[in-house]
Amino acid sequence: MTMAPDLDSPRTAVANPPVQPMESNLGQGDVVRSSAGGPVAENPRDLTDVAKLIDVSKCIGCKACQTACVEWNDTHPEIGINVGIYENPLDLTPEMYTLMRFTEYDNPDTGDFEWLIRKDGCMHCVDPGCLKACPAPGAIVQYSNGIVDFISENCIGCGYCISGCPFDIPRLSPTQHVVKKCTLCSDRVAVGQGPACAKACPTQAITFGTKDDMTALAAERIEDLKSRGYDNAGLYDPQGVGGTHVMYVLHHADKPSLYSGLPDDPKISDVVEGWKGPTKPVGIAAVGLAAVGAAAMALFTRSRVTPQDEAEATELVQEEMRGSGQPDDRGTV
Amino acid sequence: MTNSWTDIKNTDLVIVMGGNAAEAHPCGFKWVTEAKHHRGAKLIVVDPRFTRTASVSDYYAPIRPGTDITFLMGMIRWMIENDKVQWSYVKAFTNASFLVKEEFGWSDGLFTGYDEEKRDYDRSSWEYQLGEDGFALTDPTLQHPRCVWNLLKAHVDAYTPEMVERVCGTPKERFLKIAEMIGECSSPTKTMTSMYALGWTQHSKGSQNIRGMAMLQLILGNIGVPGGGMNALRGHSNIQGLTDIGLMSNLIPGYLNIPTEKEPDWETYMKSRQFKPLLPGQTSYWQNYSKFMVSFQKSMWGDAATAENDWAYHYLPKLDVPAYDMLRMFELMDQGKVNLYFCQGFNPLLALSNRGKNTSALSKLKLLVVMDPLQTETARFWENHGAFNDVDPSAIQTEVIELPTSCFAEDEGALVNSGRWLQWHWAAAEPPGQAKHDTWIMAQIFLRVRELYAAEGGAFPDPILNLTWPYADPSTPMPDELAREMNGTALADVTDPADPTKVLTAAGKQVKSFAELRDDGSTACGCWIYSGCFNEDGNNMARRDNSDPSGLGVHSNWAWSWPLNRRTLYNRASADLDGKPWDPERALLSWNGERWEGFDVPDIAPTAKPGEVMPFIMNPEGVSRLFSRGMMRDGPFPTHMEPFESPVQNVFNDRMRGNPVARMFESDAATLGTSDEFPFVATSYRLTEHFHYWTKHNKVNAAMQPEFFVEISEELAAEKGIQRGGKVRVWSKRGEVWAKALVTKRIKPLTCDGKTVHVVGIPLHWGFVGAAKKGWGPNSLTPAVGDANIETPEFKAFLVNIEPATGEALA
Amino acid sequence: MNIDLSRRGFLKLAGAGVAATSLGAMGFGGAEAAELAHVRAFKLTQTTETRNTCPYCSVACGVIIYGRADEAGKRRVVHIEGDADHPVNRGTLCPKGSALKDFVNAETRLTEPMIRRAGSDRFEPISWDEALDKIARALKDDRDANLLAANEAGVPVNRWSTAGFLAASATTNETAWLTYKVVRSMGIVGFDNQARV
Repeated sequence: MTMAPDLDSPRTAVANPPVQPMESNLGQGDVVRSSAGGPVAENPRDLTDVAKLIDVSKCIGCKACQTACVEWNDTHPEIGINVGIYENPLDLTPEMYTLMRFTEYDNPDTGDFEWLIRKDGCMHCVDPGCLKACPAPGAIVQYSNGIVDFISENCIGCGYCISGCPFDIPRLSPTQHVVKKCTLCSDRVAVGQGPACAKACPTQAITFGTKDDMTALAAERIEDLKSRGYDNAGLYDPQGVGGTHVMYVLHHADKPSLYSGLPDDPKISDVVEGWKGPTKPVGIAAVGLAAVGAAAMALFTRSRVTPQDEAEATELVQEEMRGSGQPDDRGTV
Repeated sequence: MTNSWTDIKNTDLVIVMGGNAAEAHPCGFKWVTEAKHHRGAKLIVVDPRFTRTASVSDYYAPIRPGTDITFLMGMIRWMIENDKVQWSYVKAFTNASFLVKEEFGWSDGLFTGYDEEKRDYDRSSWEYQLGEDGFALTDPTLQHPRCVWNLLKAHVDAYTPEMVERVCGTPKERFLKIAEMIGECSSPTKTMTSMYALGWTQHSKGSQNIRGMAMLQLILGNIGVPGGGMNALRGHSNIQGLTDIGLMSNLIPGYLNIPTEKEPDWETYMKSRQFKPLLPGQTSYWQNYSKFMVSFQKSMWGDAATAENDWAYHYLPKLDVPAYDMLRMFELMDQGKVNLYFCQGFNPLLALSNRGKNTSALSKLKLLVVMDPLQTETARFWENHGAFNDVDPSAIQTEVIELPTSCFAEDEGALVNSGRWLQWHWAAAEPPGQAKHDTWIMAQIFLRVRELYAAEGGAFPDPILNLTWPYADPSTPMPDELAREMNGTALADVTDPADPTKVLTAAGKQVKSFAELRDDGSTACGCWIYSGCFNEDGNNMARRDNSDPSGLGVHSNWAWSWPLNRRTLYNRASADLDGKPWDPERALLSWNGERWEGFDVPDIAPTAKPGEVMPFIMNPEGVSRLFSRGMMRDGPFPTHMEPFESPVQNVFNDRMRGNPVARMFESDAATLGTSDEFPFVATSYRLTEHFHYWTKHNKVNAAMQPEFFVEISEELAAEKGIQRGGKVRVWSKRGEVWAKALVTKRIKPLTCDGKTVHVVGIPLHWGFVGAAKKGWGPNSLTPAVGDANIETPEFKAFLVNIEPATGEALA
Repeated sequence: MNIDLSRRGFLKLAGAGVAATSLGAMGFGGAEAAELAHVRAFKLTQTTETRNTCPYCSVACGVIIYGRADEAGKRRVVHIEGDADHPVNRGTLCPKGSALKDFVNAETRLTEPMIRRAGSDRFEPISWDEALDKIARALKDDRDANLLAANEAGVPVNRWSTAGFLAASATTNETAWLTYKVVRSMGIVGFDNQARV
């Protein structure tokens, strides 16, 4: 039984994928935000908000989410080395959109040892810092169901989204010169399937559905955790980024950073937030260069833009900058 | 498993001890998280390491590798002392009331009858007292000093919480907390499930570890009930099937036995297999042994097996030793006594203990034939890979033929899961290149050998020339043809014993089930326990109705399970002596006054009255055994035995090393190390990112866990000056390996008998072929000694030493 | 990051180096027309589905193998995913099961029979016929030489211990049964499987 394509959004990953040709149910007509003034839909369909819920208390750190992600997205993480930890690859990469992170924690309150395992990856923020930071029109879009997706054809590989992300998620591909991250399996969602990681997750620590359903499921889980003595169990849906479409159930929701540095109170950098208008890219460039050296490399090695394009663009920008050259009313950002 | 994967959702308490289900069986473990989420179940993990299973547990306790019996006997002692006993169950459904011979006893860690010279017990005293009528004597009041219950009480008396702490290193308060949690499951409406795997079997007393928990489960009344049971999580996808079908030196399909030299003829063989009931009115189902055996012989040799020639009994080999298991074969090989060896989807160079010996043994073969979908280290044991396989090819004369086979995606047939479900699957692709199905290869080998015998004659050709080969295309036996053979066929009309005019199944048709098998030669059946899998209803293993009206995860119409599509073994015991379910909310079966009814196929005759016929119908007693009589070589109760290599002496007997009756070849005895030279306890295991030695060929899994490492505590690292991520050398009396060091809080030093014990964890997934980084495995280090009953090697507890590695041993 | 920088100051800081050389690469100002948003084409469209079982552990998860014919017309595995209809795994798969496609298509799959001659340091190809004949001949000769028909006491024992057979752990029941028949008929006693290791 496959979800009918005319449903506004998938509920859960319970049915086998379709093999018959199907219209994609997600596209330009659903775009509500687009980076750098890229095209948005005039009358976007009001899709129901979706969410992936990651219940760390059910997570066994098996990395099925990682391999399912690799297989679905046809990425090729390298065969690395062991540096004395369980993480592999050692960090998110352009070929590994999600990663189990492991923290060994001696809980001072209980005297018990805990092994805190968290699946890291794109949070699909309601207010996405990556999208705001992106200078390339239409390279990062947000659909009305909440998915934040990268449109690689528009990506210029500058890496500003990386510095704009409060969760340090996107990764620049040195070979493809584009930035990659979890798409929330937008291609699957578009045909009524949940993300590959949620489908695979052996203990259903990862579930997918409407944000309302996932919030209700989280409440049930939090109650169970409290009954087991985790008084601070709670939902991680940080409001500093407007909430997220990937949420966590944490046993220690009072201390998210215990879980391999999950930000306690993530916010978009004020620099990213504050810059408006055509000078934004340059400002972001400064942020980006300060934060990630890789961005500079991408700027100089990118091959898709011809020197002529570049010259024309530079001229255009400089003109625009001259046009709005005077200091504006805001002295600081 | 006595129960099924889906049944685990019915439990109140899961104990994972002797296994690591979240890592080794992640999708089965989902039923644990399901029970936690929707039933409020708790999870206990007892393990030397804080595993990924422990990471989602409610309570964890550490234990020294190889001391599980002490922990379990301590549990039983605590249950008895605190009256946490499901008394109705114990009195009615176990042999607690049976009287044992006066001579039986235990002292100094040994049971009566020990012969040090033979390293064996005379087990004659480990038996019930029988009355003149041949039935066992019992005392239902449990007052008699020789009744099993009182002997058990005396036996476990030494295993106090203090003793558990002393032997196991498990802190007393942790042991007591777990005891309280388990004790709650003595209620008829609360159940515990035991999920274990090779963490219990891979010890020189592995079978007794499992006995220990089975006894605890019986005392709690948790066998046969939903959410309960003894759940062995098999390590491979069809090792249940291969064991069911008897691919072992001493087995015939369906757990029948290959005869020994002491059974030279049919009459002698059958004489010891009468299985007369030990209490009046009991079923003792093995009384049907001859029907299964004759049907097997007919399946093998058809018309050549006749009543006159005792069903071609003389075709069967007769064993001179209990088993020609793998450890024995490699010993014989190393002695130069084996010429040809076949490895079908098996990589013994890495999978068997003491790799150095394996290399030496394989080098003495004339011909090694490897059938595998993948390159294996075994097929390339002669190839030099530097430090990873340091051999001189020119010095190895063994000829090796490597035959490419299909893998699961390219073949059709059934696999048997841990819950005994036979599930049919279909081929999705063609094998690559010239690779062939295993069935084709086996047929080719056989047909060519048969041809040689037909043409040339030779040594006793009859069993080969007369082997049935009823396949439409003899060179390509088809999966459905083979499945039908295992189900069994009526060779003549099978009639109702009560009414011989009534034909149950006509000649030439598939028998409905093993109830139709006969010992007069009128039926053929390859594997009696599978009878019913492919009958005239069709291929029942291919059924795909996933509905579950029970709500208990029975799924009766999904695939087919042995025996008779029964999903929970001993399920009659889920109801009380009157036939009412112990827990009305988890009612699997009940007695309606005339017959058993419910959601599962009753594990008893459908009209067997509840107060009269007891649930354990495969035992002549009709009840389960807290005292296992002479069935096991190393004792009727589990008793503490140290691993063969241990940092401490046996607290009951400091002269006793390992299991006193485990088989030990001289060459292996010479390679045992002691704790002065090898002070640390090593244990081997799987990681969730990999499967055995297979997924290192998979570039995706290789990326998830690329490189061989060992795990040690922060304390041991500090003591030895080992850095996280640094290289270490680990060595035992038998070999050495180099690995990355994973320094962790998840392993902590234990204190055992006043001594600090450090554990070194060694995962097993690396070798010298495949996509992952080249590495070693634990079996370069492990001892070649097996369990006393079934010869499973002692991989889970042995001694090593460790140091920071200098130089560049790692390529 | 000092967020008190003035915009002007910031521009200065970001300055010539970047702005002058690579602003075009930043893609704003209409240097390129943006591609409309779209998701990746659903990759299982028009594949074949085959029900199968994961070959690894004993949970025996149901899988669906998605296949497509290659250029030579051979069916090839393009994707494997858990079977959502399966009562045990409910569509889920572990890290091994989720990556099954790359097990089936591993570079180290065997594709032709090979032989390593005594003392050699390499495998060389051999035809199926030659390999099978060689194996059959070796079996026949060794069995004829070493089958123990009777023990010292004259008891018929029909025992052949100089040949051994290790059976697999993931082959089908049907393969296992055929293997059983062949091995037992010859009297091989050194017969074992992978249950213990």
